[in-house]
Amino acid sequence: MSDNTAISARGISLTFETNDGPVHALKDVDLDIERGEFVSFIGPSGCGKTTFLRVIADLEKPTAGKISVNGQDPETARMNRAYGYVFQSAGLFPWRTIAKNIKLPLEIMGYDPEEQEERAKAALSLVELDDFGGKFPWQLSGGMQQRASIARALSFDADILLMDEPFGALDEIVRDHLNEQLLALWRRTKKTIGFVTHSIPEAVYLSTKIVVMSPRPGRITEVIDNTLPDDRPLDIRDTPEFMALSHRVREGLRGGHQDG
Amino acid sequence: MAKVWHRYGPVLIISLAIGAFWYLAAIALNANWALDRAERAGKTLGAVELVQETWSQKKPRLPVPHQVAAEIYKTTVEKKITSKRSLIFHSWVTMSSTVLGFAFGVGLGVGLSVLIVYFRVVDMSVMPWIIASQAIPILAIAPMIIVILNSIGISGLVPKAIISAYLSFFPVVVGMVKGLRSPDKIQLDQMRTWNASHSDSFWKLRLPASVPYLFASLKVAMAASLVGAIVGELPTGAVAGLGARLLAGSYYGQTIQIWSALIMAAVLAAVLVNLIGLLQRITLKRMGFVR
Repeated sequence: MSDNTAISARGISLTFETNDGPVHALKDVDLDIERGEFVSFIGPSGCGKTTFLRVIADLEKPTAGKISVNGQDPETARMNRAYGYVFQSAGLFPWRTIAKNIKLPLEIMGYDPEEQEERAKAALSLVELDDFGGKFPWQLSGGMQQRASIARALSFDADILLMDEPFGALDEIVRDHLNEQLLALWRRTKKTIGFVTHSIPEAVYLSTKIVVMSPRPGRITEVIDNTLPDDRPLDIRDTPEFMALSHRVREGLRGGHQDG
Repeated sequence: MAKVWHRYGPVLIISLAIGAFWYLAAIALNANWALDRAERAGKTLGAVELVQETWSQKKPRLPVPHQVAAEIYKTTVEKKITSKRSLIFHSWVTMSSTVLGFAFGVGLGVGLSVLIVYFRVVDMSVMPWIIASQAIPILAIAPMIIVILNSIGISGLVPKAIISAYLSFFPVVVGMVKGLRSPDKIQLDQMRTWNASHSDSFWKLRLPASVPYLFASLKVAMAASLVGAIVGELPTGAVAGLGARLLAGSYYGQTIQIWSALIMAAVLAAVLVNLIGLLQRITLKRMGFVR
């Protein structure tokens, strides 16, 4: 593990005890994520991709194995606010305006009001919601709400961004647009991003590294390095190279299923 | 005009129907007494006379709306409000203990709900007692509360308010427990990712999330509190308050007085509950809950 490693997992296993017996959500997961990488986790339901993200975030405790985040154990990293987490739904507080929602983590972390104001403004501008700070969440579309929740995760400048199917509930046109924006944002901020998705094109379009996972027990079956150039217009998805990568991911998913 | 009719027409028709039913019911219920009296006087009553007779008795089984209205007018507008015969005076007495009891009840209810949500032990040990407390008829327990408090030197407004609180804390507990538990898993997980303290989670998430639930409970609690205040006035020897008027009315068979007090109680409840409704609309609008 070098200084450049943002997240390092060794032999991570997590077993949930349920009434129907133990469920192996994760088994022997090894993975290193370098700083500035955009890593997608893809796999069918129950493959443990969300669970692994939650382990990184210290929202779940692994039953075995070692994991470090920014060189610290996950709990210390969480307490040091090492990451911003974007959930499946925006989860904005309906009684707070968009700007106040973005200020919420800043209030909790004890930033002074002026800096809260500045950071909220900067974060809103990163997701192109400059004029919407004074609106309440219900006044925004689903896509805009999800952008606001990304702004909130970015507001305190954690260098890791963990995203759990953030665009899963949105329609394809909005999703394309947000993918493009996210890529631009990642290029500008050079954050380390962990991104859980169901969608092969999304994973291939966004990431530098695609982690293919399979269920029962949840494990990593393949790690695919993305060979696409850094500059990715949306229509790169029609190129043979993109198709070939998508095909490889699909094969990886299928392979995982067969021996699973 | 058509719009106004569309909106208030149905309300008007139903009100008229209730009024008509009331007048007809009064004829049916009061006719026996009127006929007996006529018979004793050796007279026979025509239909018109019978109706007039049933609608104007001094102590009817069921007084008609205009009799009650006249009594209310006499005991509100025509009496000084400091008079013991003024319904305004009695309403004020009842309202004071209603509002004080409501305040006690809300305070107790909110406090208990916080303990229940944050401490599993309290949830498991206290919640069954809270539910049991509401299964006891208030009429049974009210005199004991008055007697016990009197024996330790507390009398007047407070014992009545405590009976009100006994009834009104319950809806607040139920509503607030639900409200404080209403944040979803994602919102709670979010707070955790920001390493928020318990107090942050309470003040910035659970409490604001519970506000719509609280207001729904407050309306029920206010109505319950008024019932408590009236019941609390019954065993005290009925000195003052709407409950006292009800009791005095029933001692002397003054049905018109009873109905006047009942109507006043209903009006008082409507005013207090609507006040909370107004506060609810303003608060929720300012908080961004209302679209």
